[in-house]
Amino acid sequence: MKKRVVITGLGVAAPNGVGIPAFTHAIQNGLSGIRHDKQLEELQFSCQIAGQPQITDDLKAAYFTELELRGFNSTGILYGVIAGIEAWNNSGLAINEDPDWDSGCIFGAGTSGIDKFRESIYKIDDLQTRRLGSTVVAQTMNSGISAYLGGKIGLGNQVTTNSSACTTGTEAVLMAYDRIQSGQAKRILAGSTSDSGPYIWGGFDALRVCSSQFNDHPEKGSRPMSASAAGFVPGSGAGAFVIEDLESALERSATIYGEILGGNCNSGGQRNSGTMTAPNSTAVQRCIQKAVENAGIDPNQIDAVNGHLTATTKDSLEIENWTKALGRSGSDFPYINSLKSLTGHCLSASGSIECVASVLQLYEGFLFGNLNCSDLHPEIAALIDPSKVLQQTIKSNPKIIAKASFGFGDVNACVILKKYND
Amino acid sequence: MDKKELIEKLKVIIKPFTTNTEAFNNLTEETDFIKDLNINSANLVDIVLDIEENFDIVIDNADMERMLDVKTAVEIIETKLAAK
Repeated sequence: MKKRVVITGLGVAAPNGVGIPAFTHAIQNGLSGIRHDKQLEELQFSCQIAGQPQITDDLKAAYFTELELRGFNSTGILYGVIAGIEAWNNSGLAINEDPDWDSGCIFGAGTSGIDKFRESIYKIDDLQTRRLGSTVVAQTMNSGISAYLGGKIGLGNQVTTNSSACTTGTEAVLMAYDRIQSGQAKRILAGSTSDSGPYIWGGFDALRVCSSQFNDHPEKGSRPMSASAAGFVPGSGAGAFVIEDLESALERSATIYGEILGGNCNSGGQRNSGTMTAPNSTAVQRCIQKAVENAGIDPNQIDAVNGHLTATTKDSLEIENWTKALGRSGSDFPYINSLKSLTGHCLSASGSIECVASVLQLYEGFLFGNLNCSDLHPEIAALIDPSKVLQQTIKSNPKIIAKASFGFGDVNACVILKKYND
Repeated sequence: MDKKELIEKLKVIIKPFTTNTEAFNNLTEETDFIKDLNINSANLVDIVLDIEENFDIVIDNADMERMLDVKTAVEIIETKLAAK
């Protein structure tokens, strides 16, 4: 029999809240984490607003030693360690003296230490290679984040970093689920992180896919599903989970925040309508359908959807794909929300931060409202009843939430999360 | 700069990298950076950079490789300072 897989720890470093209590408060009360970004303005980006977790020096010192902070310049590792260690502590597990062979780490990233990388490139070109110091590799290797976390906690199972653009975080959750379900690990610290700053976001600004009309009104800049949506607001941060075999969780009487029923990852192969940057709708629908099938539920059991919904022209197409995949539309469609209205698009961290929000909704019994879409896009209003797009947070008791993420490379991931009850 | 003064200066550089406080407090010329002070071998690179900066000298790779204890470090620094 397949093992049941549950979530026993949560951690987050999001633009609108660092730590689970602050983040929960922010999403319940519609608090935006999008701010004006002076550096982007100075660099003459068309989008000069962004979502960045606010990290104080005291908080840094709580998660890193003084020695680790010498020459440290990797926001992705900073956010990932804060979220990852919070999830681990939150799960009630100890920091290990010896390697814990049953616990591993699958923590995704798009890049690592891009600011450290830039700093190093300048030194190398200035013939100062021998003066780089000892930590350039650890900070700039893509697996830097899983290596830092594995070392801090003493993890002895698989320790790796996955990478699949904006699906990275959701994919990490599913990879952890697979590994536990197949009995290869009892626990995985799963999640994803994303660096902050112009050297991550510049490429998107160049593609003209970022929001540029709200530089003076940052909180209005991210507008998923609205008629006035005109691009995403770049974001960053990290989300983390302790994902655990149910038996192991019960044995140690851990708090269970939710159950992972199943999911699916696929790709549209960049064929038909799919390209490097656009989704193949057949693949998106298939990914959602296969996830529902894998979870062993009926699409009608889904109470809410947490979409990818970045606030580009593709939002309507995503809604259409959900209606087709679930065979539900109009007033039969489940509630739907997009965290990006509050955080911006946290790129490789988006999937994990949004999964954290989805699990909090199940555990705490609410559905958060979308900001900035009182002017719902008419194409969306034609597909689903406008009341399904929550404008404000409601108290609710969702049992099953479907969460999907899509990314460049025509890749998709969908996870089915359930409120835990034995 | 006499040897005592030099070792004091060296101690300030080494301190952030050591995880064995007792051995650090009882540091002598015989103290080994890795065995006694539990310094991560990768951090020896950072110590060399800090020594170069503090004493305004350049330490080549061959010297760096044998700079594993206080005694050798002092000897190398003294030689480099004398050659200035």
